[in-house]
Amino acid sequence: MLEGKGDAAMKCLVPIKRVLDYNVKPRVKGDGTGVDLSNVKMSMNPFDEIAVEEAVRLKEKGAASEVVVVSIGPAKAQETLRSALAMGADRAILVSTEETVEPLAVAKILAAIMAEEAPGLVLLGKQAIDDDSNQVGQMLSGLTGRPQGTFASKVEVEGDAVLVTREVDGGLETVRLSLPAIVTTDLRLNEPRYASLPNIMKAKSKKLETKAPADYGVDTSPRLKVLKVTEPAVRSAGVKVADVDALVGKLKELGVA
Amino acid sequence: MSDLQHETVQRETMPYDVVVVGGGPAGLSAAIRIKQLNADLSVCVLEKGSEVGAHILSGAVVDPRAMDELLPDWRDSDCPLAQVPVTDNWHWVLTKGGHYAVPHALMPPFMSNHGNYTVSLGNLCRWLGGKAEELGVEIFPGFPAAELLYDGDRLIGVQTGDMGVDHDGNPKGDYQPGMNLTAQYTILAEGARGHLTKRVKAKYDLERDCQPQVYGLGIKELWDIAPEKHVPGRVLHTQGWPLSESESWGGGFLYHQAGGQVALGFVTALDYANPHVSPYEEFQRWKQHPAIRIILEGGKRVSYGARVINEGGWQSVPHLAFPGGVLAGCSAGFVNVPRIKGSHTAMKSGMLAAEAIVAAIAAGQEGAQLDGYEANLRESWIADELKLVQNAQPLVARFGGALGTVLAGADMWARYLRINPFGAMAHHTDAEATGRADLYQPIAYPKPDGVISFDRLTSVSFSFTNHEEDQPCHLKLTDPSVPTRINLPRYAGPEARYCPAGVYEFVDVPGGEGDATRLQINAQNCVHCKTCDIKDPTQNITWVAPEGGGGPNYPNM
Amino acid sequence: MTVLVWAEHDNAALKDATLSAVTAASQLGEVHVLVAGSGVGGVAEAAGRIAGVAKVLVGDDAAYAHGLPENVAPLVVGLMGGYDAFVAPATTTGKNIAPRVAALLDVAQISDILSVEGPKTFTRPIYAGNAIATVESSDAKLVITARGTAFAKAAADGGSATIESIATTGDAGISSFVGAEIAKSERPELTSAKVIVSGGRALKDAETFAATILPLADKLGAAVGASRAAVDAGYVPNDYQVGQTGKIVAPQVYIAVGISGAIQHLAGMKDSKTIIAINKDEDAPIFQVADIGLVADLFQAVPELTGKL
Repeated sequence: MLEGKGDAAMKCLVPIKRVLDYNVKPRVKGDGTGVDLSNVKMSMNPFDEIAVEEAVRLKEKGAASEVVVVSIGPAKAQETLRSALAMGADRAILVSTEETVEPLAVAKILAAIMAEEAPGLVLLGKQAIDDDSNQVGQMLSGLTGRPQGTFASKVEVEGDAVLVTREVDGGLETVRLSLPAIVTTDLRLNEPRYASLPNIMKAKSKKLETKAPADYGVDTSPRLKVLKVTEPAVRSAGVKVADVDALVGKLKELGVA
Repeated sequence: MSDLQHETVQRETMPYDVVVVGGGPAGLSAAIRIKQLNADLSVCVLEKGSEVGAHILSGAVVDPRAMDELLPDWRDSDCPLAQVPVTDNWHWVLTKGGHYAVPHALMPPFMSNHGNYTVSLGNLCRWLGGKAEELGVEIFPGFPAAELLYDGDRLIGVQTGDMGVDHDGNPKGDYQPGMNLTAQYTILAEGARGHLTKRVKAKYDLERDCQPQVYGLGIKELWDIAPEKHVPGRVLHTQGWPLSESESWGGGFLYHQAGGQVALGFVTALDYANPHVSPYEEFQRWKQHPAIRIILEGGKRVSYGARVINEGGWQSVPHLAFPGGVLAGCSAGFVNVPRIKGSHTAMKSGMLAAEAIVAAIAAGQEGAQLDGYEANLRESWIADELKLVQNAQPLVARFGGALGTVLAGADMWARYLRINPFGAMAHHTDAEATGRADLYQPIAYPKPDGVISFDRLTSVSFSFTNHEEDQPCHLKLTDPSVPTRINLPRYAGPEARYCPAGVYEFVDVPGGEGDATRLQINAQNCVHCKTCDIKDPTQNITWVAPEGGGGPNYPNM
Repeated sequence: MTVLVWAEHDNAALKDATLSAVTAASQLGEVHVLVAGSGVGGVAEAAGRIAGVAKVLVGDDAAYAHGLPENVAPLVVGLMGGYDAFVAPATTTGKNIAPRVAALLDVAQISDILSVEGPKTFTRPIYAGNAIATVESSDAKLVITARGTAFAKAAADGGSATIESIATTGDAGISSFVGAEIAKSERPELTSAKVIVSGGRALKDAETFAATILPLADKLGAAVGASRAAVDAGYVPNDYQVGQTGKIVAPQVYIAVGISGAIQHLAGMKDSKTIIAINKDEDAPIFQVADIGLVADLFQAVPELTGKL
């Protein structure tokens, strides 16, 4: 279990994931085995981009000393890590695997990296837009016994604690978490910066080390078996009503009028 | 391009030996060739799409001739070009309800596709990009070249576009000024109707000795089809209906490619006179022809896109060199129109440009005008090939589809046999060819059925195009009154029809007097096809590169 | 199988989300409901009345007042020895707590289930609902969050569960609640509203949009949305925009007024339970997805509708 206080020069750890670009409509393969990812544009998960931006801003404010990005994924995830380095992260770790790794195993690998890196703050996206599980941040918190601030729309470091404003169903809620803490980002936290060409060029010489899940003693065998992946049921065209009175009747049937 | 580009904003400068604008077949081939000849030269490729291949759209059936010269081992590698050789080749003439096949014996031998491959050009470019990076070429996707940099008369490089500029041209919180990339030589390989190419053609009067370039608009879809209907390597081209109805020129293509998919599309020559023509609707109704429809039934559309293609042929090839720079690929225009092939000539031109540049740098010449490149190209197999077919398009344009095709065939045969009866024929620009709306019949296109044919906005969503919303409009109107003052009354507002992405819409002005309308520009839908830049009758629209990374995200196109 | 269900509440009253979670859980086995909070006697009684609930466990402690997962998860984990599954509604509270529980139990979580296909098999949305995955767990225990709109609410009355107080686990001391701003506008928030009335470009201008759409929304207690075209034309600010680049909504009822139904808009509301369209163009794409359609001039139909409600 990690204890201790963060200090003014704390490290930020930012896990990121390479996913299907959010502009591209996913295509479900006809054989039911999943979504076709061949030759389609992949990008950094948008929520993770927000996490990288937040970490870089903390560094620029002097609240963080170093931003380390990590990705658990295929060799091509190096491009995604380089994008994060171009945004201002300092150093990158690729935990290389071609297998799909479930959130629990991801959390376990991250817990091992946390033990090595001892960050004051872990910032990551609330969910990946491919799997939409929304679990890793919370699981990592449970495994390490640290507090969690999920769906953050505002993050303020105050000494050895962090104030996180969260987007919840009814509105906003603010919690105070002792550092080290884990924060997952929501859309309204910030607007990520563009990586400029000079920064892209500089990113090439920043450190990127490659490891494997086995290096952290984590078994990545899946607990869930995907039996099939299908398209959602097609909405069929409904009925036309003749006039407003008929519509009023329908609204009453639906219980909204 | 923002107005800030013109201001003296502090910009970083990065010098290269060679800067290539455009990550397509010509640009990547040039970059690879430079590194093959001299690995010590620094080369960068600027690409406005979010990744190499994102903006590449083509049929395609590729003649491997240039690949054999550039990367001879490609057939034994994981190159996507190697996957699907052409196995059979059909040419149909469509009538309204039927079709008949043109026997191949009637066509000159160079029209055969034997030995060619059908492939997604986007995937081929991704592979070429990988090869380029292995050789040390730096590729920067998401960075358009927005401005040309000059030292006197000499082109010394380009400036990348500013990022984070709002709709009114002011910097936003995330403003990033573009960077100056200087080079001994700059290769403009922007594809058909490149926006920087347009400017250098004007500045250096590169078209002084050639015919104006003319274009076709190719609109394409990728479909998964029923496995029993899929014949890998089958290539089909059609002409005749539906363009026979509007007396326009063009035709369809349908190629059976890898992964059980077919790439199909329709090219409408933009020199059509009837301003009521909608290339998008022509494509949609072509798909409904019984002979085409039957291939698609039971299948599913996967993606959609559009791009113009050069149709001017050899007589429209401009001068290719100017101080400090050259044109390569479709920016110059080396498409063999009857074969509908331009990738191999684009690649070859990139290679020739590379060779000339490497030689010039070795001789200590920086920023020279590489007339040697142009001379070599005019002696190369690009010239041999294009001269054989140079009258095909003008004959069809002059004499119409049926007679024109027969004459074009005759002319091609004659030239193949080294007789040149017609000389080199001329043509007007596409914009000039547009006729008055009142002299032509509007066309009643059928409604989409949502199964084989679709409405335009739904189609655009399958190009996965997007642009940052709050940015300057990248479609510049020289005179903002022209759309409602001239285009609408005289030409029935053709921009609302020729744009395959629904960018241009005439909408009612609320509370306006009577029939007040305005042109709404939905720039966010743009798929970077360049049709508006070409076909606006008074040439009032100038396409410039929007903020980097925007535009389509074509998968396997 | 016995299933422990997380009760969603605000310490004063039980929330409807609990009722859907109970339905989901009842498809797996015997349902017990956990009410963890502060001063939750009334909530526990309400939970005991839900049809189909066999038992209610009550953990009453100041440390649970705001559902802080650092405090609540140990409570749940301590109980899970006696349960085969933990089901939480896919609310922000449920989504916050359940994965921490799963990690502490060393099991996978299945998020946002849409249906129960078998004792260990479920469907769930991936890629923003553009694909549906059917998954089967191999873990000894299940941790699940259930999407509220996918399961009918269990009846709030008719049950008579036993109510049992349980030992509480105290405050972990690493997190604390600072404050909350619960949105208190007269109009519900777009992303959580039950009913949404949305206007398109046909609404002419900002004044006409407001004069036509707002009264109907008021009558229905609905949130107000708009298409991209309406936002671009300046009728409403851009946080009203529903669609691929705006907000994704899934209300019970979505009423599209003068909206053509371009696919980018549909992407934002396709999960609405019932889509109603009012448009004078019978070929508008929206009629292909609307459950109920009225082909009419909205400037006549909408005021008439507002008046007759």
